[in-house]
Amino acid sequence: MPLIWLFAILLALAAAGYTLGRRRAVAVSGGDIRRLHSLPNYHGLNVALAVLVPALLVLFVWLIAQPMIVDARVAATLPPATPTSERALVMSDVRRLAEGLELAVQSDIMTEDEVQRLNAAEDGIRARLAPLGVALGSNVDPAVLVSAKRYRALSIAGNTARNIVVILLALGGLGLAWGATGLGFRARNSVERAVLALLIAAASIAILTTAGIVLSLLFESINFFSQYSIADFFFGTKWSPNFRGNSQLGILPLLWGTLYISLIALIVAVPVGLFSAIYLSEYAGPRMRAVAKPLIEVLAGIPTIVYGLFALITVGPLLRDYFAQPLGLGNSGSSVMTAGLVMGIMLIPFVSSLSDDIINAVPQAMRDGSYGLGATKSETIRQVIVPAALPGIVGAILLAASRAIGETMIVVLGAGAAAQLDLNPFEAMTTVTVKIVSQLTGDTDFASPETLVAFALGLTLFVITLGLNVIALFIVRRYREQYE
Amino acid sequence: MTDPSPDSPLRPEHGSLLTQNARTKRRNAAEKRFKYYGMAAVGVGLLALVVLLVSILGNGLSAFRQTHITVEIALPADTLDPGGNRDIDDIKKVFTFGYAPLIQAALVAKVDALNARPDGMSDREIGALISKQAAATVRDHVLANPDAIGTTHRFRLLANGRIDGYFKGRVTMDTAERDGNVTPAQLRVADALKDDGALTTGLNPRFITAPDASDQRPEAAGLGVAILGSLYVMVIVLVLALPIGVAASIYLEEFAPKNRWTDLIEVNISNLAAVPSIVFGILGLAIFINFAGLPQSAPIVGGLVLTLMTLPTIIIATRASLKSVPPSIRSAALGVGASKMQSVFHHVLPLAAPGILTGTIIGLAQALGETAPLLLIGMVAFVREYPDAPPEGFFDPATALPVQIYNWTQRADPAFVERASGAIIVLLVFLVAMNTVAVLLRRRFERRW
Amino acid sequence: MSDQTTLQEQAIMDDIKISARNVQVHYGDTHAIKDVNVDIRDKMVTAFIGPSGCGKSTFLRCINRMNDTIDISRVEGTILIDGEDIYDAKVDPVQLRAKVGMVFQKPNPFPKSIYDNVAYGPRIHGLSRSKAELDEIVESALKRAALWAEVKDRLSAPGTGLSGGQQQRLCIARAVATAPEVLLMDEPCSALDPIATAQVEELIDELRQNYSVVIVTHSMQQAARVSQRTAFFHLGHLVEFGDTGDIFTNPQDKRTESYITGRIG
Repeated sequence: MPLIWLFAILLALAAAGYTLGRRRAVAVSGGDIRRLHSLPNYHGLNVALAVLVPALLVLFVWLIAQPMIVDARVAATLPPATPTSERALVMSDVRRLAEGLELAVQSDIMTEDEVQRLNAAEDGIRARLAPLGVALGSNVDPAVLVSAKRYRALSIAGNTARNIVVILLALGGLGLAWGATGLGFRARNSVERAVLALLIAAASIAILTTAGIVLSLLFESINFFSQYSIADFFFGTKWSPNFRGNSQLGILPLLWGTLYISLIALIVAVPVGLFSAIYLSEYAGPRMRAVAKPLIEVLAGIPTIVYGLFALITVGPLLRDYFAQPLGLGNSGSSVMTAGLVMGIMLIPFVSSLSDDIINAVPQAMRDGSYGLGATKSETIRQVIVPAALPGIVGAILLAASRAIGETMIVVLGAGAAAQLDLNPFEAMTTVTVKIVSQLTGDTDFASPETLVAFALGLTLFVITLGLNVIALFIVRRYREQYE
Repeated sequence: MTDPSPDSPLRPEHGSLLTQNARTKRRNAAEKRFKYYGMAAVGVGLLALVVLLVSILGNGLSAFRQTHITVEIALPADTLDPGGNRDIDDIKKVFTFGYAPLIQAALVAKVDALNARPDGMSDREIGALISKQAAATVRDHVLANPDAIGTTHRFRLLANGRIDGYFKGRVTMDTAERDGNVTPAQLRVADALKDDGALTTGLNPRFITAPDASDQRPEAAGLGVAILGSLYVMVIVLVLALPIGVAASIYLEEFAPKNRWTDLIEVNISNLAAVPSIVFGILGLAIFINFAGLPQSAPIVGGLVLTLMTLPTIIIATRASLKSVPPSIRSAALGVGASKMQSVFHHVLPLAAPGILTGTIIGLAQALGETAPLLLIGMVAFVREYPDAPPEGFFDPATALPVQIYNWTQRADPAFVERASGAIIVLLVFLVAMNTVAVLLRRRFERRW
Repeated sequence: MSDQTTLQEQAIMDDIKISARNVQVHYGDTHAIKDVNVDIRDKMVTAFIGPSGCGKSTFLRCINRMNDTIDISRVEGTILIDGEDIYDAKVDPVQLRAKVGMVFQKPNPFPKSIYDNVAYGPRIHGLSRSKAELDEIVESALKRAALWAEVKDRLSAPGTGLSGGQQQRLCIARAVATAPEVLLMDEPCSALDPIATAQVEELIDELRQNYSVVIVTHSMQQAARVSQRTAFFHLGHLVEFGDTGDIFTNPQDKRTESYITGRIG
């Protein structure tokens, strides 16, 4: 019985529970629902929840636990001679074959009996499963076939047990809650407790996400560092992955590229963003502000892939033909300058809207004080408003820096792929994010250090950006409090 | 107190107000300069926007037009249906290789009839004017109408990418001179066909509907699968992120006690909003694909990853919206004996709905344009098959609009630059539409308390 | 022009610092000041009193053109300082404000050190040629604002760290440091406690020796205590103007009398 049917049955039971609970509540009130503690709806909902919540919880846990248990039990039966390193590969063959057999039975290519009698000597298995889209790497090993059959049998038994347990739980919940329905029963409170639990669960997803990020990065990074020296990674000055082994995976050239590009982006974005925020909030008339501000903010809504393409087809060739080549600085379209400039454009609205908020948070009294002394607007801005807003602006710049460091598509398309430690801004360089993409998108062995390094890069990126964000948010918050 | 003695440092020495002293003039000049810096900065921002849009539109608009060549193709029974019994399974055994010579022969006949063949041009070179995709088009037509076998049928076939580029100004006689894939002579033949009316450049709806095509045939590449994939991903994001985001916001804004756990959630949400998107891709790869065993390249995984990415945006918008509902409404509901839960769900939430919706649309727009995480979960694969209808389709391989754009930028043929820019126009149209809806919603339902 | 000439002669005779004729102020559609005529004498404290919203602060802000910073405000009529029309096109408000200093309702020290707060004006107007000279200006301004003794050991501490009364005296010192001739004070004590208020009032009385001071206040007692001349504003009109003693003991207009006896306010 497919999972979707199980869900359908649960939903049907819940609906039935709702109707029954509601009806019983009306019945015990003798038609006068004012005698009930809670409205009949709540009694119905209470029964429905009693059907769904325990059943779904058990189902969820079961779905995660069953494959693990089956895996462990089948793995235990593998020939003891199998080396540990190959166990994972053999197990994935077993799983694929088991799924293939199940699929074959379901689509009537094989009968249950046939599967039972199947033996590896007839090498028809591969050919018979191929039309189903089950690609088996090589001819089936007898041991694998035995394990696969066992795997399938265990899974089927597990699924049956699961279905029975879940449905029994649902029925039990229905019976108990229906029985509890009565005049004094506080159905509303019980429903509200359940809803509150749901709300808390939803809010906790943020924590789960962070935990998921940290755990997945840490776990695979530890895997990586068990194969590659941690010192070589953090202090190596050479990046040359080689999928035949013997790679040099030093992060320094990537970090250098990342920081260099981010620096150029900030050199573009900070003055332009800050000055346009100042102009729009202190000088521009209302009409100018109404037009220019949303237009600049449009830049923030444009996806980064668009900026990437802009760098690739417009900015890159332009810089190469009019700056790099005439100046003899290189002839690559993708360069630190290309990526930095375009990223700078992307960050302009980010800096300007943050600065705008911050400048507007400076109280009018401060401005009046300065004008009252005979200061001009620009003197007031430079000597009173900007210093007063400085912590906030610094926070905004840090947030922008964190954005720049974590930006991916612009550098993938605009910066190039050559990892090098160079000062020439018209040279192609590469960044941490570019390498995460290139190491994880190839068809590569997932256990090799060349792939796993991406997780270590990701961890480094996460730690740097998280650090910047925490500091920036702290500064900005302190700044806001100062004027509230 | 001190007298205003003549040597006091505070003795006033103001001249007439009607003449500006030198210092004031200098200060006013500085003031003007400062103002110009500001105008220049705004100008730089606007200029960047204009250049960006002009560059994309200039490169991409032509993707919505396509050059076709109309030819009469004879469909001889002896090559297309060797068995002669019109059995569809037998006809299927003739692959596109069987059709290509027919197309070439038809075009050669056409060119010779126009007397347009330059000296020494081979039949093969003439045949190359038509896209390699054409054979599949003709075959599909025959498979759909087996009765057409043995007749002559008029087909409107895609021209080769270079020929298409010639009529869009991307390819010129000069570039053709240096190009291995096209010769100036071929372009002259194309000109002759155009004069005859057999070659036309017109609207290209296939760009929106057709699936991707291989490296060799940019003229056939379309966005169908990508748009459908993006749509699936957006549906998943909407279905998951909206309820979870709203539930989380309600808890944090209305029920959460001030304690460590709540603080932890708050800190997490504000940090997640600033985590680089590619890190979410790594999360998706590690958790949803490697750990939970969901299929690669599937919209379901893309949807889950983007849901986690969009949640902070939706939560922040929803909380702002809930916060703007005045406390008096809550007190009023509690005052007539509603429970706290009832006051929130019956009164506060409906009043906050427009703001929540606006925030959700903006979050979705962000998710629609997101590329990096989708690269990592394998949505960058070459997919020609449309995914099935949901819910099974959520597990089928698909691509998404921004990833399709990235995919095209990685291909050698310059015609794909046009395709990628065209795809960006499609993406931007979607984004503009979504943001317009958000703005209209905000205008329509904005409430001032 | 002849009108103005006679006005000027008159002004010199009576030691008049500021004279306003037919001043009208509009905020968008609101007519905030209606036809105000007033002559303010030098080296004297003039108080503007009246119920809130009567236009007294608005009129005060016209005297150093602070209303220029509000987009929707429009000023008509003539205001002369030392016989020069401050709304003349040739007048730079920046130069005007150096001559006419202002102290605001809420103490608004800049988030800088005490020293930098006071030195701000002299620096932007270029009043000192050397650090020593600037030190001297800061010291005398702080002394004149009766704050020197309290802060002389912590000039580099932030101005925002002072108490409310100290902050307001710091703002006065800041205004005094640009060596103005007129000092405008917009309810300078409304945010202060009684002790700080007493200190500031005492200070105002001393400032009279060097400046012509115009103070807006909502407290009649304060007007009576610190001022020599008092103007009563009501609904944008200048109702009555005269010696403080006369206004409080023998008001000519019924509205002034009602206000002073607490019937309107």
